[in-house]
Amino acid sequence: MIRTTIPTVYELSVPGRHGVDLPTPDVPLTPFPTSELRADCDLPELSQIDVVRHYLALSQRNFGVDSGFYPLGSCTMKYNPKINEQIARLPAFAETHPLQDPEAVQGNLELMFELQEWLAEIGGFAAVSLQPSAGAHGEFTGLLMIRAYHHERGELKRTRILIPDSAHGTNPASTTMAGFTAVELPSDGRGNVDLEAVSVACDETVAGIMITNPNTLGLFEEHIQHVVHLVHECGGLVYGDGANMNALAGIARPGDLGFDVMHFNLHKTFATPHGGGGPGAGPIGVSARLKDFLPGPVIEVQGEGQNAKYVLEEPKKSIGRVSTFFGNFGMFVRAHAYIRRHGASGLRANSEHAVLNANYLRVRLRDAFAVPFDRINMHEFVCRGAVGDHGVRAFDVSKRLLDYGFHPPTNYFPLIVPEALMIEPTETESKPTLDAFVAAMHAIATEAKDDPLLVKSAPHETPVRRLDEVKAARELVVTDRAATPRR
Amino acid sequence: MGYVPHTDAERREMLATIGLARIEDLFTDVPASVRFPDLKLPPPAQELEIEREMAARAARNFAVDPSLSFLGAGTYHHFRPATVDYVLSRGEFYTSYTQYQPEVSQGMLQALFEYQSMICRLTAMEVSNASHYDGATALAEAVLLALNVTRGERSKIILSPAIHPQYRAVLKTYLRGTHAAKVVGDDDGTAGLDRLRSLLDDQTAALVIQNPNFFGQFEAVDGLADAVHRSGALLIVVTDLVALGLFRPPGSYGADVVVAEGQPLGIPASFGGPHLGVFATRLAYVRRLSGHLVGETVDVDGRRGYVLTLATREQHIRRAKATSNICTNSAVCALGAAVYLATIGKNGLRRIAELCFHKSHYAADAIAGLEGFAVNPQSPQQAFFKEFVVRVPRPVAEINRQLREHHNIVGGYDLGGDYPHLQAHMLITVNEFNTRAHIDRLVSALGEVVR
Repeated sequence: MIRTTIPTVYELSVPGRHGVDLPTPDVPLTPFPTSELRADCDLPELSQIDVVRHYLALSQRNFGVDSGFYPLGSCTMKYNPKINEQIARLPAFAETHPLQDPEAVQGNLELMFELQEWLAEIGGFAAVSLQPSAGAHGEFTGLLMIRAYHHERGELKRTRILIPDSAHGTNPASTTMAGFTAVELPSDGRGNVDLEAVSVACDETVAGIMITNPNTLGLFEEHIQHVVHLVHECGGLVYGDGANMNALAGIARPGDLGFDVMHFNLHKTFATPHGGGGPGAGPIGVSARLKDFLPGPVIEVQGEGQNAKYVLEEPKKSIGRVSTFFGNFGMFVRAHAYIRRHGASGLRANSEHAVLNANYLRVRLRDAFAVPFDRINMHEFVCRGAVGDHGVRAFDVSKRLLDYGFHPPTNYFPLIVPEALMIEPTETESKPTLDAFVAAMHAIATEAKDDPLLVKSAPHETPVRRLDEVKAARELVVTDRAATPRR
Repeated sequence: MGYVPHTDAERREMLATIGLARIEDLFTDVPASVRFPDLKLPPPAQELEIEREMAARAARNFAVDPSLSFLGAGTYHHFRPATVDYVLSRGEFYTSYTQYQPEVSQGMLQALFEYQSMICRLTAMEVSNASHYDGATALAEAVLLALNVTRGERSKIILSPAIHPQYRAVLKTYLRGTHAAKVVGDDDGTAGLDRLRSLLDDQTAALVIQNPNFFGQFEAVDGLADAVHRSGALLIVVTDLVALGLFRPPGSYGADVVVAEGQPLGIPASFGGPHLGVFATRLAYVRRLSGHLVGETVDVDGRRGYVLTLATREQHIRRAKATSNICTNSAVCALGAAVYLATIGKNGLRRIAELCFHKSHYAADAIAGLEGFAVNPQSPQQAFFKEFVVRVPRPVAEINRQLREHHNIVGGYDLGGDYPHLQAHMLITVNEFNTRAHIDRLVSALGEVVR
């Protein structure tokens, strides 16, 4: 990777350059409302080749799944099939406008309807809305539905949401946004949510529980049916965080386990690209009792076969809209193609191999990196990244992995395991890749004993080395100084 | 099968390492009663079949010719320089995740930092986040910021009815979780700025307008920010980023938060998503900002570099006390917008704004000359940018169907559904794709379909 600093677009800017020619007006000119005009607009001025070389150089300083192994726990960094990118760019999809007459977009609506149906089938739900744009957005949507459900029944006192201490940070944050109070539940010695604690917490103030299964330790909750029963019995509903669905698609349906609502992360389980942090898509599936509260519109079909007509429907007691339009349609196209590519057998095979790969890594790594909950895991597992007696931490191991050409695992999460490294290989990685990763981890464990400074000062081979995050937060330079001051 | 690379031999070897005989043995923790369901899905298909099926499905959509589309209302067909998709197709970018490992994410971090810089210059604000999902969710987060800044002591949100109806709908959904918040102002679809200003009081957390507004017209914003600030509230402005190539930015007239739909900056319409939520504010509110923020710093060797900063605002650190639950955002669309702005540049964006302005006025004049049509009948004196309201002599749906079926034209947005007083009114958009000849086709087609 290139080591020299890459100038910003403002530093590259030269007054008078332009990247693209545009037409001149072919109509009579209308005088501008002068009081509305701005003096100047400080955007950069670059030639087209400057632009292309700039972003190409930047891309070479970025690591994606296409660059190499990316075992980032809970993020499911699997291969993104290239054909899906091509299909999503078909002009007949990409140029459609969300406010066109539904009759003029029957192809889109059919695709969305099928995806709703397929996700409902995969998750075991009565209905699905595709509208949320991300996992956290789906959580917020699902919680608002739980709230609307209780309020409709006059149960205004249900204000608490139970959340295991191993949960993703989005769970408590979504809970607050939805107007509930988050109540943290401890985990037991085997990595499950503590059943006794669930039992004690369940009362008439509980609106529901948010549970991730398999949980963020990568373990299938051994008492899941009991937990669901306890929550239902006290009148609460069960929210499933679908972030770890890549272990379950084709293996078990959350709806069959009694979940009332769950979001799917299309950018995890169904291989739509992560895009450097987004866009994703977070459709939610619900049981029959929440169906009418879904955000609208949802897609329904009238008639059959050749006469099938797809229409937009507003669920009866809808909580309302959560996205400007229908959600991230471009991601629906990709996920649809992905499910069609795999079918039921392929989805199951994906989960099986995701779980196979994760267990293989656990067994191969556990001698060098302690695994606190060492039992058969699902699609990911957590080990301790602190190795040797010289103070090498999970952080250092992560940074040293960069020198070996691997993206590090998620670190310092879940919070319940100190020095956590959370490893999720996904099903699309081959045994040779996993073996190379194991070799690198073992080499780092050896370095941690023999040459700890090498590890503690890593990375050494990257375009920049450890960055001063304190300075960034203290000095807070969040726009380019090369740009002229605001006016 | 699919994209799983394992050979039988590898699978056997791996299972042996784990100490299991069969792959199914990995799932004994899953209750047997629900294990391995028989999913009713279509059988697996090959890539080439999928390509064929998808092309056939796409062909069931009306094929939109952007030059003959006059539908906007929040999503716009604009020219997209080829550089944008060239960059967005780089696997190093689009197959990466959030930049939690900055040493191998400098490309995306720098691109997002430059995006933030350009958005700030365009809007005349001091800080931009690295994106929200879309324009409506950016607005909802802006209102939550205002409620947060006023520390829950103020609960009133004054909302202009001339804000995109679906943005207002999303905001109201978001506020379902906030006990006290009360929205006023948009219950009367005809309420103007004077009426909204009269609602300001010591309970007001924010006054929200769209400028140019949903109907395409400029609002009389002079003095507005002073009035809002005197009452102790924040001024939130939903804006059109293309207009800002030519017209004055919200920061110049006192906006505290500026939000916008970034889709017009190089992102395809794509049936409404993925799009790009743009969010910019004052540095004073940076600690209450939601979403990722990129900051400049140096590495241990003193080299310039970039990191995600002020992470203590965010859900993965602050959990229940975070400023928002947002995690996944719309980063790759922000990258696309950055490439768009870098390619189009200062003069290009001004030119595009000029083209939109002149062409839409040409179209408006021509349509106004048609018998039975009237342009901006409610506010003929108010200047507009690229969209205008047309009163039509027949139901909008009927006109649009005929435009589509007989003229290959996508007509304007039917305003009657959102605004009862605007039955038989459509919102027409004109942009750089629409040549004079295309506009003339629209005008003659309109004349023909109502004859």
